Amino acid sequence: MQFGLSENQEFLKESARKFFTGECPSVEMRRLMETDTAYDEALWSKLTDQGYTGIIFPEAYGGVALGKVELMLLMEEAGRALLPGPFFSTVVLAGSVLDAVGTPAQKKQYLAPICRGEARATVAILESSASWNPGQLQLNATNGRLTGVKLFVSDADVADFIVVVARNGVFVVDRKAPGLKISAMSGMDLTRKLYVAEFANTAAEEVGADADLSRPFDIATTALAAELVGGMQRTLEITVEYAKTRKQFGKPIGMFQAVQHQCADMYLETESSRSAVYYAAWALEENSPDAATAVSIAKMYSSDAARAVGNRGIQIHGGMGFTWENDLHLYYRRAKASETAFGDATFHRERIASMVIDSSNVLATKNA
Amino acid sequence: MDLNLTAEELAFRDELRLWLASNVPKDWSEWREKPMEESYSYLRSWQRKLHEGVWAAVSWPKEYGGRSATLMEQALFWEEMARVDAPPMANSLGLGLIGPTIIACGTEAQKKRFIPKILSAEEIWCQGFSEPNAGSDLAGLQTEARLDGDHYVVNGQKVWTSYGWVGDWCELVVRTDASAAKHKGLTVLLVDMKSPGVEVRPLRQMTGESEFNELFFRDVRVPVKNVLGKVNDGWNVAVSTLMYERGSYGARLHLTFKRYITRLIELARSIQRNGKPAADDPLIRQKLAQCSAEIDIMRFNQMRAFSRITATGVPGPEGSIQKIFWSELNQRLQQVAQELLGPYGQLLADDPRAVDKGIWSYAYLRTRGNTIEAGTSEVQRNIIGHFVLGLPRSY
Repeated sequence: MQFGLSENQEFLKESARKFFTGECPSVEMRRLMETDTAYDEALWSKLTDQGYTGIIFPEAYGGVALGKVELMLLMEEAGRALLPGPFFSTVVLAGSVLDAVGTPAQKKQYLAPICRGEARATVAILESSASWNPGQLQLNATNGRLTGVKLFVSDADVADFIVVVARNGVFVVDRKAPGLKISAMSGMDLTRKLYVAEFANTAAEEVGADADLSRPFDIATTALAAELVGGMQRTLEITVEYAKTRKQFGKPIGMFQAVQHQCADMYLETESSRSAVYYAAWALEENSPDAATAVSIAKMYSSDAARAVGNRGIQIHGGMGFTWENDLHLYYRRAKASETAFGDATFHRERIASMVIDSSNVLATKNA
Repeated sequence: MDLNLTAEELAFRDELRLWLASNVPKDWSEWREKPMEESYSYLRSWQRKLHEGVWAAVSWPKEYGGRSATLMEQALFWEEMARVDAPPMANSLGLGLIGPTIIACGTEAQKKRFIPKILSAEEIWCQGFSEPNAGSDLAGLQTEARLDGDHYVVNGQKVWTSYGWVGDWCELVVRTDASAAKHKGLTVLLVDMKSPGVEVRPLRQMTGESEFNELFFRDVRVPVKNVLGKVNDGWNVAVSTLMYERGSYGARLHLTFKRYITRLIELARSIQRNGKPAADDPLIRQKLAQCSAEIDIMRFNQMRAFSRITATGVPGPEGSIQKIFWSELNQRLQQVAQELLGPYGQLLADDPRAVDKGIWSYAYLRTRGNTIEAGTSEVQRNIIGHFVLGLPRSY
């Protein structure tokens, strides 16, 4: 048993960090978040050159065929850089759904352009009920046409196509299809834009009837948690650096235990979230029987931890932490948006409860 | 990253499982409720049996009676022991902390003299570290040892000594150079508890038990050959022991905690709340799920730490994460148990209406000590702040 990263995994993580530090430093991230879509064509083509747009997808569709652990390491580093734009929506979300439900021909048509960096995409799930329970969706396709409203659709304005989760299947809608109207929602996270997608008798291609989306959603959920880990890591780094240099009463504030112990808790929360995310990634990769539980544990813990780490980081910065110029609030905003996306901690605790309380044996583990 | 067991790990586990199946005592559940003084000979013979099977100290090098087990194998060892609800070993401090320190820092003569009897539980060990005025600030300890010919003469007082009442030998930290900086003037002595001038008094704790003792040393003579490591290097010798304590102790808790949560879930199904089983109550479900998830995360943290230690070779200050995590989790878990049991939660073992023979009221009180023993949560956070994050020392 080896819970450390392999040499290749270390290499991927380090090169991702170098890439994002070089191509998406804070100043660039801030420039993009001030734009309407947070999308940048030049950055996208660099992401493509790195192979990131096809990271977990089969080579047959132009992917790199790496595993879930590798994906989560990449997402951790993307989260650390607060990468703006539709990478999560396109690659992790739309890519995983298409990979799970599409026919080979559909994958060739929709997944391959994602891998090649030619297409942006997203997945429309939530409706006015804002419920993550697929059983509560109302939107229905009739004769290949959709009529209704989806909310909180990330990066829809730059998507070339939208994957729509309806009651009776999964559908792809072209961005230019007549009857599709995209309008911006004003969300807290400035780096990941949200939209309303309104469908009025809009043509939709079915890519999966009665499709089980639990696996692609579990991948997306874990990826959000991985991003949160990266955000926590960066918040911790910025805060510890500040605590070492900021002086009050003639001493660095990091010398005071009231500050130091908050930093220690930030470290504990960050590392524990990381352990949970890495385990979930591995369980997904191995199709372990406890994968769904592991995903919920990771999302539940890191959702709460990211908020706590953000709170502590801003508090330690004092007035500086409350300013627009300091990056901490940008991580804090992302943490709130990602906390609710794909279910907050309360949602996942109930999901864990249904798996460990309502099933008979919590002691059952893979190696038992 | 590969969380599957290797062929070696599987073989290790299967051999142990087989051995335990035919050797683990069946009557431990009757013995465990008796006072420790009564069950101690039982625990000694259980350890002797483990030693005969070369299972008493799997982490130790083969040449000293161990199996040179990797950290993962050590974790498997504790998991298997917990799985069959095996009794603890009598000489747990000797096996877990003092033996490894003697192997790492001791002379050949010391190893030969002490190691076999630690393994066989013939000689039980205790630790004399904390003092009334040196708890978290351990290096401020004042028990002094004055050189007199080929002996040290020890005077002072120790507290919070586990197994003091049954200890044959003590790993004692003393001040040998009062003029040196406080970390520099310490030495570790191996002290025969039967030496004249040693007095052991029970210390009654808030649970009503006496797990710990106070030790008094009055002109106790200790031969110079019983210095462990170098004179005035006692801080390093003692600290290496504490790192073992923080690193390995958490490993055996995972299944203990799993057993707690499994039992709580069972109880939640039978306890009624608002006319339906508590297991269907959304708030209780949230709390049980939180505990269950954190128990798993505790294990993920441990496995990651083991892999890191295996790569770097030494337990590091990250062990403080484990200590904070398990101790605070255990307290939260016991509070959830209390909320679930309601007024029944307070009932002590001798009350006929006590749930599970009063283990929950006992555990609630006992876990209050978890964030204090083996280094307080505050000290652990100092360690993380200073040694892991590089913040300036606060004291």
